[in-house]
Amino acid sequence: MQIELRDPKKIMKLKRLGSFHQSKLSFLRSFLREFNSWDYKRELFELDNDGYGVAVYSFKKEQRKYSLVCFANKLDDNERSDRVIATKWDASFTLYDGIPTKKDIERLSLNVPRQEIGRMTYKELTLSRANKSMRAFNYVVECLSNGNQPSGKKLSEIGYLYRTTAVYGSGKFGLADRFRIKNRPEIHGPFRLEMMLVYFVRQFTIDQVNFISKNKNPRKAVELDKNIARSLGIGNSTGLGMAPFIVNHPILLNNWILARETALKKIREIRNVKQGDFNYFFECLRNSTNNINTWNTDNDYQKEKIKDLKVDLIKFIKYLEEELDTKKEYLFNGIFNWVDANLTEESIEYVVSLFLEPYDEIVDELSLTMSADEDKFFNIPVERKIEDLRDLIEKNYSEILDIDFNNDKNIQNFWFISKNKEEPRVANRFEEIGSELEQPLAIARDVKSLYSRIKDLKNSMTISRFLTDNNDLRHAVRRVFMIEKFPYSEIQDNIIGSELMPIDMLRLKLSFFGACKFDPRSDKWLRICMFQGAPLPDELKKFKDNWIYNSLN
Amino acid sequence: MRSFSEIETISKRASRGAGFSWGVSEEIGKSIRLLEMYGLPGILYLKNYLEQISNHNFQKITLISDENISNNIPYCPISVGVNFMDQTHNLEKIDKINFSNLAYPLLVVPFLSRSSEIIGKKILLNLENFKFLFNYNQSIFSNFDNSLITKTSKFLISFSQNEDSFDKITWDALYKISQKTFVDETESSKKTSAGAGLTDND
Repeated sequence: MQIELRDPKKIMKLKRLGSFHQSKLSFLRSFLREFNSWDYKRELFELDNDGYGVAVYSFKKEQRKYSLVCFANKLDDNERSDRVIATKWDASFTLYDGIPTKKDIERLSLNVPRQEIGRMTYKELTLSRANKSMRAFNYVVECLSNGNQPSGKKLSEIGYLYRTTAVYGSGKFGLADRFRIKNRPEIHGPFRLEMMLVYFVRQFTIDQVNFISKNKNPRKAVELDKNIARSLGIGNSTGLGMAPFIVNHPILLNNWILARETALKKIREIRNVKQGDFNYFFECLRNSTNNINTWNTDNDYQKEKIKDLKVDLIKFIKYLEEELDTKKEYLFNGIFNWVDANLTEESIEYVVSLFLEPYDEIVDELSLTMSADEDKFFNIPVERKIEDLRDLIEKNYSEILDIDFNNDKNIQNFWFISKNKEEPRVANRFEEIGSELEQPLAIARDVKSLYSRIKDLKNSMTISRFLTDNNDLRHAVRRVFMIEKFPYSEIQDNIIGSELMPIDMLRLKLSFFGACKFDPRSDKWLRICMFQGAPLPDELKKFKDNWIYNSLN
Repeated sequence: MRSFSEIETISKRASRGAGFSWGVSEEIGKSIRLLEMYGLPGILYLKNYLEQISNHNFQKITLISDENISNNIPYCPISVGVNFMDQTHNLEKIDKINFSNLAYPLLVVPFLSRSSEIIGKKILLNLENFKFLFNYNQSIFSNFDNSLITKTSKFLISFSQNEDSFDKITWDALYKISQKTFVDETESSKKTSAGAGLTDND
């Protein structure tokens, strides 16, 4: 049986994309699978009694070495801020290409803690900083230094000891450009080195909390139980900085979503599903409900979604137990059809992610397709004709063409770069200044405007000729041709309309990172958790890939 | 050292800030990155040119021909570069293309390099006393001394017809040496290689 890929015009709506969940294709999970044979070592751990100082963790295989260099600094409570405009943090980190010398560490100590105003070099690959979750960190120190283990349940609910507030890569602030690492044989997909950094930061936070507790009460202190340590991840506060990424990297976005959609299609096409595979899926589903029960948020929008998800999953499990005939052919296709007809978008995408769990052979192959060399598609095919351009717009943007951009409601927002931190922001065009400096992210509006401009032009006119008088729309022309062969590259929504929920854009990207426990703090930023339940570095050589559903087990 | 990503981003933003459209600014970002990657002073040229834009007029070009002369004000190098790249398929039919009165000519160079890749032909440029050879955007061969040329009337572009840089005698001599890696075929291998033992008229 041939199953069609799901319709991009349905899947690429922001509300749907904002319902995506982590899956086996997510980058933090593929990172752990791909690097599970690497050797981990704590090379240096020079902290004072209060836990301030420097630490280095290395990761080696054959001739290749990476090191996380950590700087922990004293920070007054009134200086601690998750906002991107902060200038001081509890700890700062860089992933170094190789093993740093003393001289390197000295240089890094002057730059890494300063983050955006420091200067990195091509030897540094990624850069980050993090703040303590004071309620979690102090609680753990208090327990351990008194010889007690903290409550695993309580810590699981918080999820982490530290929250990162930014993770930079790809040439920012002098870091190595992407071209320097993209062809390395161990780099199989996007964001691998960002994931490596975050993973080792997690280990540093565990080591630091143990170290401080020990120094506080050397005779009584105990080490954090490994099961509890494993149930801790790294938190992250993410704001709008991440949102334009998915608009600015359409082919990369396509490749992420196409991989997931292709996996779904292949799984639905399996005629005889092995009982063991179905059982494994069901086991992951049951275990995953634990994570939902510790998924807390004060945000009404998300609370509603979690409530629906919980209700839906009870209904779904009942269907699986009582109505489903597991002997039927095309079992997962049958389940998908039921899910698609009976559950909310949040729950449909939750189940789609779980479908992937039993199928290593499908996922491993597809995870190699999730990078993109977008430069290849940068040049506009100027020899093509207006007819081609018009056809492409009508085919790929049909619903966008229905939006009335003369209605103020549909152009209410504009995206800009803030002067103080050079970060993307969104504002109301009619209430705030600066809309003349709008970033070129309003793809829907600009493509529609391009469509109107070419409406009465001759079909045979070349794009080259068109551009001589219309370079103001050059970015839109490039866009339409660039995405021609990439069905899932364009968000099929208006991202400057009054109903925009920017957190949907953030959540889409974070789900591909592998984040859990989305906790929107407004419609413009959210907190998440990464690597909760993941194997610790010394367990990497032997772990089960379904760890993500076992964080409480 | 600034990363190439920083170079591209700042060039794109500065160009937009100076009034170019986003689409053209994206082209400039890529082009300055290319110049700097080849060790040519793209950032310096762009900064000087963008500073001039606010208080000087520059001539935009639309359709490029073999002789492009701007009598009063110098040509904008970005307009020349972008349009040259967009019109390359037509321009390659012309032997030589000359520009008189062109501002900051180095800014046209990356567009010529990219054009060379688009049409699959080497492009030659004579700029004042300097020569540039663009090799399909894989490399730029030049004797340029990185000096700052703010205006030129000696800017001559020609398309290479993809001819060899060597003669037949040289090629044959090299081929003869390469034959030393070949092994004589035996009778038995002749009988077993593809197509052996069959009539090809079947």
